[in-house]
Amino acid sequence: MNVFFYIAAVIAILSTIMAISGRNAIHSLLYLILSLLAVSVVFYLLNAPFIAALEVIIYAGAIMVLFIFVTMMLNIGLEKETEKKWLNPYMWILPSILAAILLVNFILAVNNVKSIPSDKTAILPKQVGISLFSTYLLAVEIAAILLMAGVIGAYHLGSQKKKVKHRFLETK
Amino acid sequence: MTTLIALIPAIPFFGFLILALFGQKLTRKVAGLVGAGSIGIVAIITFCLAISFFKSLPDVKSYSVVVWEWINTGNLKADISFRLDALSLVFCFVITFVGLLIHVYSIGFMAKDEGFTRFFAYMNLFVGSMLILVLADNILLMYLGWEGVGLCSYLLIGFWYKVPANGYAARKAFIITRIGDTAMIIGIFILFLNFETFNLNELMELASNKWIAGSSISVVTATLLLGGALGKSAQLPLQTWLPDAMAGPSPVSALIHAATMVTAGVYLIARTHVLFSLAPIIQSAVAIIGALTLLIAGFSALAQHDLKRILAYSTISQIGYMFLALGVGAWSAAIFHFMIHAFFKALLFLGAGIVILGLNEEHDIFKMGGLRKKMPVVFITFLIGSASLSALPLVTAGFYSKDQILWFAFSAQSGNILLWLAGIVGAFLTALYSFRMIFIVFFGEVKTQPAFRPGKLMTVPLIILAVLSVVGGYVELPGSIGNIHLFSNLVDNTLPSVLVKNNENQEFLFQSLSAIIALTGIYLAHLIYFKRPALGESINHSRLNKFFERGWGFDILYNTLFVKPIVWLSVINKNDIFDWISISISGLALLTNRFLSITQNGKLRWYLMSFTIGIALILTYIIFG
Amino acid sequence: MLTVPIETQLIFAGILFFLGLIGLLVRRNMIFMLMSIEVMFNSAGMVFIIAGTHWKQPDGQVMFIFILAVTAVEVAIALALILQVYHHYKTLDSDAVNKLKDN
Repeated sequence: MNVFFYIAAVIAILSTIMAISGRNAIHSLLYLILSLLAVSVVFYLLNAPFIAALEVIIYAGAIMVLFIFVTMMLNIGLEKETEKKWLNPYMWILPSILAAILLVNFILAVNNVKSIPSDKTAILPKQVGISLFSTYLLAVEIAAILLMAGVIGAYHLGSQKKKVKHRFLETK
Repeated sequence: MTTLIALIPAIPFFGFLILALFGQKLTRKVAGLVGAGSIGIVAIITFCLAISFFKSLPDVKSYSVVVWEWINTGNLKADISFRLDALSLVFCFVITFVGLLIHVYSIGFMAKDEGFTRFFAYMNLFVGSMLILVLADNILLMYLGWEGVGLCSYLLIGFWYKVPANGYAARKAFIITRIGDTAMIIGIFILFLNFETFNLNELMELASNKWIAGSSISVVTATLLLGGALGKSAQLPLQTWLPDAMAGPSPVSALIHAATMVTAGVYLIARTHVLFSLAPIIQSAVAIIGALTLLIAGFSALAQHDLKRILAYSTISQIGYMFLALGVGAWSAAIFHFMIHAFFKALLFLGAGIVILGLNEEHDIFKMGGLRKKMPVVFITFLIGSASLSALPLVTAGFYSKDQILWFAFSAQSGNILLWLAGIVGAFLTALYSFRMIFIVFFGEVKTQPAFRPGKLMTVPLIILAVLSVVGGYVELPGSIGNIHLFSNLVDNTLPSVLVKNNENQEFLFQSLSAIIALTGIYLAHLIYFKRPALGESINHSRLNKFFERGWGFDILYNTLFVKPIVWLSVINKNDIFDWISISISGLALLTNRFLSITQNGKLRWYLMSFTIGIALILTYIIFG
Repeated sequence: MLTVPIETQLIFAGILFFLGLIGLLVRRNMIFMLMSIEVMFNSAGMVFIIAGTHWKQPDGQVMFIFILAVTAVEVAIALALILQVYHHYKTLDSDAVNKLKDN
């Protein structure tokens, strides 16, 4: 069982690296979706099948699709040269060093946690559902309001004033 | 009756308030009525008070009234309280009567001026402050009046403020008298430190009890008070402001510089005479300063060609006589000369005003001439005034007052033949320059045609003052002529009488000497300026004449010694060197801001990088630290 | 039965997080920055799941659901804002929107 975990972890890390260092936007997004699928496998292995399903459905299915829609709408793929100009190798050095320092700190911080071997009991959706609608009911309502606010906000922010010319005909 | 005393300074202040607040809405008639009327009411009140004062002599020597409590903190107590005794009664009488005549004259003089109501407002404020000065019971209130008259003289000298030279003259007057005022306030501080009271009577009593004559503290205090008196009365070395103060209108010169303000110094010394008696060296200094000033001013007056400047130097010279009298201890003689001088000097200034106005603002006497026939009333009154100034024997009041001073200069305990000599030379000069003025202005051929005839408002005060210049002397006749001592009997209720060396029989000799000298001066003036004008012209161009004309170079001296360095320093300090401390603090803050604002360049990744570095540092510190 | 020690799980989540951080710092294009933020959200949620499994409670998964909801809203609004920025500046350079700089 452990080997699956390690394979999925490696795939996730590799595809994330490809995602963040890609030049083509669509390619990066697809790599990201791959990374999310790998993480979903990890969730399943962690006895959270419901969350694994939710990860695929919502995260990879809705959010990433939204990303792809916007990317296609803005025609970013045409700008490969700018991406090459903006991404020279020297730019990676300092963030990598900083992230490495932080990772070292993180590892040192988590090393004194006792590990309890997990048993096979999965936490089923039923348990999650009961917990959601009894203990965390208020949070659910607030999340619903938040979603509605997001809808209204996104609609309002996305609106543009009437233009006479089509945006393709506008001079850049 | 005593509450009436409080009304005396109050009514001019009300007049000032009415004119200052509502002056724009009042017509000229009403404004003139308010201005002159307030002084008229005060004159009537003074008259009534004088009558009741005379009736209550010799039992009650002074009235006093406390109006309200002014300052009361700790042991610093000063009230608004007024005291009327013989000295202040004489001054009040002069201020109110002469002031009334000058106000009536001003209604005619300033009739065409656009600042009519402003003029009367300032004049009322001035008379109010001067009355506070002479009626004050404590020295702090007197200082209030002192400062008030200083302010009003600034306002009135610079009345025609649109001409910059007038503003300069007003500033010069204010600054020079300020020097004297500073000395005086330090003197007041010393008095308060020692005696813890401001009340004048108490101060004089305590001083005579506690201080030894000739001790250093009494000398210092007397010097400081003398400094204040020198500033206001334009004596050596602070006399340079008075000739330039002729930039103001002629009624102003008459009121302030002839009759009232410049005599404030004389009043101060007379009031605090105890302190001066306790410092005999300073009292002798007063006499010497008086003698020197009268000589210097006399010579300077001889060389002037501006009509009002002659009168200004003459004023300085006559106040020198009063200081001479104060210096030898002849208190009542000084006050008597003050009263007579007020009459004839106001007369001369008012007459000069009519002459200058009539000749379209012509001030140079060599451009005037032959006004005898054109302005007869002015000529006769001016002649009477000049005769009184030159102490024409037996007829004019000036003879009696000046002669008394000359006699006491010789015969008083601290008198001296040298002081008498200075006085007699001064008398000669006085006769010479005043008749020079008469002959050049009123005789000879007409060089400028007069433009108008003065109306009754202007001539009636002149006539009244001319009468007083003749008749006023008869209240005090010396022993050899009539032996009437009404005036000195009155004043001796407050001030000690003069101590005389015992040589009464020489008095007649000295009187005849002064009479002869006066007549000689008049004759010499007649000779030089009337019979042989060519001689006068050649004197005009001599170097000595030019030296005298510039006031013996005092102006140039003070200019180089004081004015130029201070102006140079101010120009250097144009950007206010002491401001650089606060500027540098704000400059430092701005510099820091400029450095720190580099970190806010609006770039998102920059901010993110700074977050990350911060988190890395903090976490490292927490884990390893 | 998974016997991977919990530190490894947490380190895995941490590596994903820091990869997202690197991506956020390095990339200049706003879409990529948003993508990196998504990676960071995802890894934070994973830590919750790990914790929930560790303590055998459903609370970890509940928290992940809420994170999911918040992420969805955030992505929607962020993309709408990016659209507006693009229409105004005609570029997706995050260094171009620096009007809030000092002086």
